[in-house]
Amino acid sequence: MNYTLDFTPVIDGLPNLLWACLGTFTLAISGMLLAIVIGIGGVILRQSRVKLLRWLVIGFVELIRNTPFLVQIFFIYFALPLAGIRLDPTPTAIIALGINGGAYAIEIIRGGVQSISKGQTEAGLALGLHKAQVFRLIILKPALRTIYPSLTSQFILLTLTTSIASAISAYELTSVSQRIESDSFRSFEVYFTVTVFYLVISWVMMRIFAFFSARYFSYPLR
Amino acid sequence: MSQVRTSDNSIEPMISLSGVGKWYGAFQALDSINMSVAKGEKIVLCGPSGSGKSTLIRCINHLEAYQKGDIHVGGIRLGHGSKVIDAVRREVGMVFQQFNLFPHLTVLQNCMLAPMRTLGLNKPQAEGRARTLLERVKISEQAEKYPAQLSGGQQQRVAIARALCMRPKAMLFDEPTSALDPEMVKEVLDTMIALAEEGMTMICVTHEMGFARQVADRIVFMASGVIVEEAPPAEFFSNPKHERTRKFLGEVLGRH
Ligand SMILES: Nc1ncnc2c1ncn2[C@@H]1O[C@H](COP(=O)(O)OP(=O)(O)O)[C@@H](O)[C@H]1O
Ligand SMILES: [Mg+2]
Repeated sequence: MNYTLDFTPVIDGLPNLLWACLGTFTLAISGMLLAIVIGIGGVILRQSRVKLLRWLVIGFVELIRNTPFLVQIFFIYFALPLAGIRLDPTPTAIIALGINGGAYAIEIIRGGVQSISKGQTEAGLALGLHKAQVFRLIILKPALRTIYPSLTSQFILLTLTTSIASAISAYELTSVSQRIESDSFRSFEVYFTVTVFYLVISWVMMRIFAFFSARYFSYPLR
Repeated sequence: MSQVRTSDNSIEPMISLSGVGKWYGAFQALDSINMSVAKGEKIVLCGPSGSGKSTLIRCINHLEAYQKGDIHVGGIRLGHGSKVIDAVRREVGMVFQQFNLFPHLTVLQNCMLAPMRTLGLNKPQAEGRARTLLERVKISEQAEKYPAQLSGGQQQRVAIARALCMRPKAMLFDEPTSALDPEMVKEVLDTMIALAEEGMTMICVTHEMGFARQVADRIVFMASGVIVEEAPPAEFFSNPKHERTRKFLGEVLGRH
């Protein structure tokens, strides 16, 4: 073992790598927002009176949770163009991340909604609120609070999953680092640096989640 | 339209149930319930656990659907259309055993939510109304706190204020003091007594017989989904007609 460390290619590529971190952030945040919309929307449809809608949601969740993410992203990127839907790598990655994270979010949020006592719904209905208002104004926030830890770890996972978007050459940290590595053959230096960057990105995400928790979920429980 | 004069010039009751039947699957929880509550009247509904008291009052604001009979509230026939149900729910306040305050909203916000969303009050109007009613249940200094920061008795008084913010024509109470520590029962009963003295129409499911004696115009006794007997308190306590009533009174009064 007489490997000499040489970080020069990493340092030369630093501006690129930092921009790529921003790309990763963009994918993660956009994917998450889409996942939340799908998650909450899915939970609403899952409770619908219409059986077909309920089954569509169940089918969607099963389909997504039982197939590999790589196949899902390939499907959107390579198969949908054959149906006339052609998307760039970045939108493709955001949609794939949102759909994938959304399927998990549906199950997580649904658990939260079920954990809220029926008395809350009844109190809302007895005050003359509609079912939709009860869900939005009374159930949703306490439900999200109970499952917030699960949801955040799912979203950290989503953040790390952005690296799979390198398979369609989306602009993010892993694909940029692969390019630097294959130009320089400095595998250790490049992937060591990238590992540290991902750690920092995860940490920043957790700070963001903690901020929202303190902002919205700090009402006392007992 | 709280009073609707009919052709014979009698005043239509605030709440009336006629021939109401309710099933949970094959189990019949209510059987041919007839009941009429005049404006300003106070009814105490009692009976052994599982006799259908909660089911009965929950039918009145359609938290439970019923399969037979008719219910009228303030002149509105409680059909199954959601418009009518919403209208009735705005007219009838309900207080639950478990308070059911919204934990993520302050006391004030708990009281403002429904008036703003269903009655279309703007924020200052809703807040003014909420503060007035919190004053009335003697809890105005807690307005900015969250439910979890209050005692059970305080929470239940907020729940009463929250219901009153809708300016209901009648109030339903489902064992409002059963979940409370003994030392907090009185503050809630006092609030209810004050409300009764102001002329509110009330149906109270409760085993607080002292309250019943003091406040009720009539006591209705239920068992196994039917109304066994009803009478003014003096008569109900001194001269119960049915064996089941006597047995129930023996148990309830024996405890006190
Ligand atoms: N959601 C339900 N499903 C099935 N049975 C129920 C339900 N709610 C109440 N019951 C039954 O109906 C009967 C009356 O219940 P309830 O009205 O809660 O009685 P009470 O309030 O007098 O104690 C009981 O036998 C109870 O087990
Ligand atoms: Mg009950």
